Amino acid sequence: MANPEQPLGITRIMSLSPNLPPDKQREMLRQMLTIRRFEERASADYLAGKIYGVVHCYIGEEAVAVGVCSALDRGDRIISTHRGHGHCIAKGADLNRMMAELYGRQTGYCKGKGGSMHIADFGIGMLGANGIVAGGIAIVTGAGLAAQMEGKGGVAVSFFGDGASNAGPFHECLNIAATWKLPMLYVCENNMYAAQTSAASTHALSDVAARAAGYGIPGVVVDGNDVFAVHQAANAAVDHARSGGGPSLIECKTYRWRAHTERKGQPDLREVGEIEAWKRKDPIALLERQLRDQGEIDDAGLQTMEREIVATLEAAVAFAEASPFPSPEQATDDVFAV
Amino acid sequence: MRELTYNEAAVEAVAEEMRRDPKIFYMSTDPIGPLLKEFGSERVRATPITEAAFTGIAIGAAGCGFRPIADWRQVTFCFVAMDQIVNQAAKIHYMFGGQVTFPILFRASVGGGGQVAAQHSQSPYSMFMNVAGLKMFLASTPHDIKGLLKTAIRDNNPVISFESSRLLTRKGPVPEDDYSIPLGKADVKREGSDVTVVALAWLVHEALAAAEQLAQEGISVEIVDPRTLVPLDRQTIRRSVQKTGRLVIADEAGPTAGFSAEVAAVATEDPATFARLKAPVKRVCALQVPIPYSPVLENHVFPDRKRIVEGIREVLRERRAADAA
Repeated sequence: MANPEQPLGITRIMSLSPNLPPDKQREMLRQMLTIRRFEERASADYLAGKIYGVVHCYIGEEAVAVGVCSALDRGDRIISTHRGHGHCIAKGADLNRMMAELYGRQTGYCKGKGGSMHIADFGIGMLGANGIVAGGIAIVTGAGLAAQMEGKGGVAVSFFGDGASNAGPFHECLNIAATWKLPMLYVCENNMYAAQTSAASTHALSDVAARAAGYGIPGVVVDGNDVFAVHQAANAAVDHARSGGGPSLIECKTYRWRAHTERKGQPDLREVGEIEAWKRKDPIALLERQLRDQGEIDDAGLQTMEREIVATLEAAVAFAEASPFPSPEQATDDVFAV
Repeated sequence: MRELTYNEAAVEAVAEEMRRDPKIFYMSTDPIGPLLKEFGSERVRATPITEAAFTGIAIGAAGCGFRPIADWRQVTFCFVAMDQIVNQAAKIHYMFGGQVTFPILFRASVGGGGQVAAQHSQSPYSMFMNVAGLKMFLASTPHDIKGLLKTAIRDNNPVISFESSRLLTRKGPVPEDDYSIPLGKADVKREGSDVTVVALAWLVHEALAAAEQLAQEGISVEIVDPRTLVPLDRQTIRRSVQKTGRLVIADEAGPTAGFSAEVAAVATEDPATFARLKAPVKRVCALQVPIPYSPVLENHVFPDRKRIVEGIREVLRERRAADAA
């Protein structure tokens, strides 16, 4: 019988050999930091009543979105989850239009119809955040089929969480993608909790990647807080997909620092010690340390980067605040396309 | 004019459109033979039995510029794909601010009469009518299904073609020239002056038989076939009821919150139409039960021409209290 802790021949990516141009490495840090600062701002503005509904923060998981998207081309397509800001930013979304959408404004990506859970930019291959857990997996598999039929070497990436990996569409789509050899990456962001419920209490095996064996595709476990490890795993899977090898399943072990949503007074049943331990494995601090050690960034460089990001975000907030709300009548626009 | 069955007309519509537009491809758990033969397994894809997955795949491919057709076969099988239909397909264009279109044709057979019991005898279109963002139709003739399917395939929205299982092998005239029928346009299948019957699919034919019978007694029945459920042609329904002053609605589905209830509201909430109603609106629907297997039970549950005749006689007998006083 297979050992549940080392089942079915999955690969564990350990090495940290970036082998990437310094500019690209610094850009990865800039993106991760942008995601974090964007969400800190979104959270503050949400609590101040300027952003409505619900906001799910990705803080602590930034290395996954950036590690994967840095292995993609602009024409490749991704789909996100309810926790979607990080994927948008990593795929190159415009911060002004993102912030305006959170602010419910006419200039937002969805003209104020979507909010935090539904930001999409089809122009950059970002097929949308999605409010239904596992809801996007089949849709982006359709993007994988489209890429295959287009025959231009494009790939499609499904980001989803450990919770979604227990839902039917995950299994149905892995089977179809494997059968049709679709150019897909299925990237599980295993942050160990589906809202309040621990993966340990809902998963038969601790590694989601082990399920790849059931569909005859590569399954990889990677440290989701190590952006280079994620990038390396994604790069290998992208090469595999582009060369007609079909889909891969990459499981990124990571952790959500904040509660499930930013709503005040929300229960968070996780142990404080666990949260603190993961904060010590901060993916951004890890990358900063690596870049410093390699001599590719110094204090001055970091300060400049930080200043630029904050300025960009201030500009995004100013853009959102200066933008008009949609007119009430626009509620009936776009129910149907012409 | 040549005659085709309802099913042949539908397949012909799909084949003609697939010849016209290489972006169209077809997915179903069992490919349709003639389509597979002509277009091959890349464009006519046999899927695993995963309606949820291939419905979502259709949405994604549509958002990337393709024009997929997802054939659920029987409507009962699409219930496992309700998340993709209701949460995704219906809302995705709106929710994302209309930035791209999602042209998808979904196909599903509906109706009963085949002695296949509750799960395989369903007419749940009103459930879908209740979801904003989906267009849908239910054709009653080979001519109509071909013309409506061609329009639906060219539409830039998710459109559901509900197809009557009772009518699949029924023949009717289908022109050989290229034609299409717009969505949202009802068809007056028979003109009359005493009572309007709004009927769908198989019940259009039952209503025509009822009208023929009543004509011998001097009763003139007008039959309106809405054809499209969303968007519904309210104007044609109201115009007919304003003319006849009486309305019977015949539907193979149950009455509760159903298509028939919607048509009743279309007639009664319009002041001009309400003012001309001479009798209460009558619905002739299936009983509100799961459809049973035994023919004795099944026949009891479904409306037919006899019940339509009874319904017409009832509205001719009844008068509004205000008029009677």
